Amino acid sequence: MAVGYRADGPPATLPRAPGATVLAVRALRCWLVMYRRTWRGSAWTSVFGPLFYLGAMGYGLGSLVDKNGTAALGGVPYVVFVAPAVLCVQAMNTGMSASLYPVFGSLRWNAVYLAARATTLRPADICRGHVLFMALRIAMNSACFIVFMAAFGLIRSAWGVLLLPAALLTGLAFATPTAACVITVRREASLNYPVRFGAVPLMLFSGTFFPVTRLPGWIRPVAYATPLWHGAALCRALSTGTAFASTGDAASAAIHVCYLTGLSALGLWLGGRTYRGRLYV
Amino acid sequence: MRARGLTKRFGGFTAVDGIDFDLFRGEAFGFLGPNGAGKSSTMRMLGCVSPPSAGELTILNGDPVRDGPAIRSRLGVVPQEDTLDSELTVRENLLVYGRYFGLPRRLIDERTDQLLEFVQLTERAGDQVEPLSGGMKRRLTIARSLINDPDILILDEPTTGLDPQARHVVWDRLYNLKQRGVTLVLTTHYMDEAEQLCDRLVVMDHAAIVAAGTPRDLIARYSTPEVLELRFAPGAQEVAAEKIKDLSPERLEVTANRILVYAADGDEFLARVHAAGIEALTELVRRSTLEDVFLHLTGRTLVD
Repeated sequence: MAVGYRADGPPATLPRAPGATVLAVRALRCWLVMYRRTWRGSAWTSVFGPLFYLGAMGYGLGSLVDKNGTAALGGVPYVVFVAPAVLCVQAMNTGMSASLYPVFGSLRWNAVYLAARATTLRPADICRGHVLFMALRIAMNSACFIVFMAAFGLIRSAWGVLLLPAALLTGLAFATPTAACVITVRREASLNYPVRFGAVPLMLFSGTFFPVTRLPGWIRPVAYATPLWHGAALCRALSTGTAFASTGDAASAAIHVCYLTGLSALGLWLGGRTYRGRLYV
Repeated sequence: MRARGLTKRFGGFTAVDGIDFDLFRGEAFGFLGPNGAGKSSTMRMLGCVSPPSAGELTILNGDPVRDGPAIRSRLGVVPQEDTLDSELTVRENLLVYGRYFGLPRRLIDERTDQLLEFVQLTERAGDQVEPLSGGMKRRLTIARSLINDPDILILDEPTTGLDPQARHVVWDRLYNLKQRGVTLVLTTHYMDEAEQLCDRLVVMDHAAIVAAGTPRDLIARYSTPEVLELRFAPGAQEVAAEKIKDLSPERLEVTANRILVYAADGDEFLARVHAAGIEALTELVRRSTLEDVFLHLTGRTLVD
């Protein structure tokens, strides 16, 4: 066994540390080793949960909604209206669940972060590697759901091929800011708040199950400011084909993309700082 | 490794207060001190996971703040609290750790076999970490810290919390590494651990270094060759201490439950104690240890 800095060995010279991308991918690969152990359980809930939602809301409730006319929904059946939003809700939920307890636990329970920080990785690499893994989870769950949407004929436009990146962006807009904040959290109970006061109201009032125009006027601007509204509006425009119907529609789509990208990037930047504040003190 | 005026502050609290030391290649260097002396904060700075608040620190010719990732890639670290992933198997823990260092899979597998053999965990390679005993987990952490073939191995209290038998297995493995010429830095509050493993050590107390040298030097400088330990019946200790003082020993320490008499020749002094008509419950003549050095330097014992 060749180990150590021996009295008779060559003088120590420091190797060059690899770049940020290489280090983030190293962290991601380690998450994949750990994921091999748990993917079955998480796949079940994340694939079938949204499918049940789609069945109950889209087809069950939808059959009642459609009887009253679909003009307010843009002239498409309710299930077509609601499916892209359910996709975004799933992306949001995956993004949140992949960043809340896993980030907290990596510091408190199984000490993944503490083990990683003793190696070549810097706190920012640990953060980025974990975010890459979250992105992978969001993309996998979204891809499954998009396949179901296509199979049920709920994607009405060729722009639907962009649903995957759009859903990924929506999920990341939740995952990166959540991860950046959770790393600073000290009490486990605090982790309930983002779901109770964030994800649940957003799921209900962000133009997901009904158009925001049905809300009272004073609350609409709040809905327009939420990332889920941007994600749902973008995905809906892509799947129904209105995204690039006019210059105005294209501009809206561009705003949605910029908003979601900006929020994801902000979370990633903030995460670099908060991770450092927690892992390098 | 070289430190000058190395300081660590957390807000208004000074955990490490301007310590100086040099570590040379191939030696085993120890930080001996009670809990809260600043040993772990020092280890975190040496491990480049905590920036020094003041002073200079050079590790492997690099600056820990600027070259942190490069230095860490050449260090092996055994933290005080195990940071193993208990849901993974023994082998997977080494795989994950090797990946953090960017090692190719084949090399990781090869080293894993060697290292598990070295720490006597080959039979447990496919088992989950969770049910392993404390001693096994510590040995696995040691194996894991060697996966990148480090230049320096840093161990923060490697045997704290282990039962005596498990401690001896860990000591045996560390002694083996030392024999192979691996550079070791370790902290401990066990003086026997420090005596067995360290070529040189510093004694830390209240965030500062109070003495430095080889174990033998320190004992020669701060203690007598032998110590006479006397225990008395409850209440009888104080009276006995006064009487022993009259025999003018080199030094006398009275702790909560025993009297320590420092003398060049313990048996000879014991004969004088007997001659003076002082009867103790138990009498023990032993060689001086680092515990005595610590007691002399700080007036307190290392472990409560």
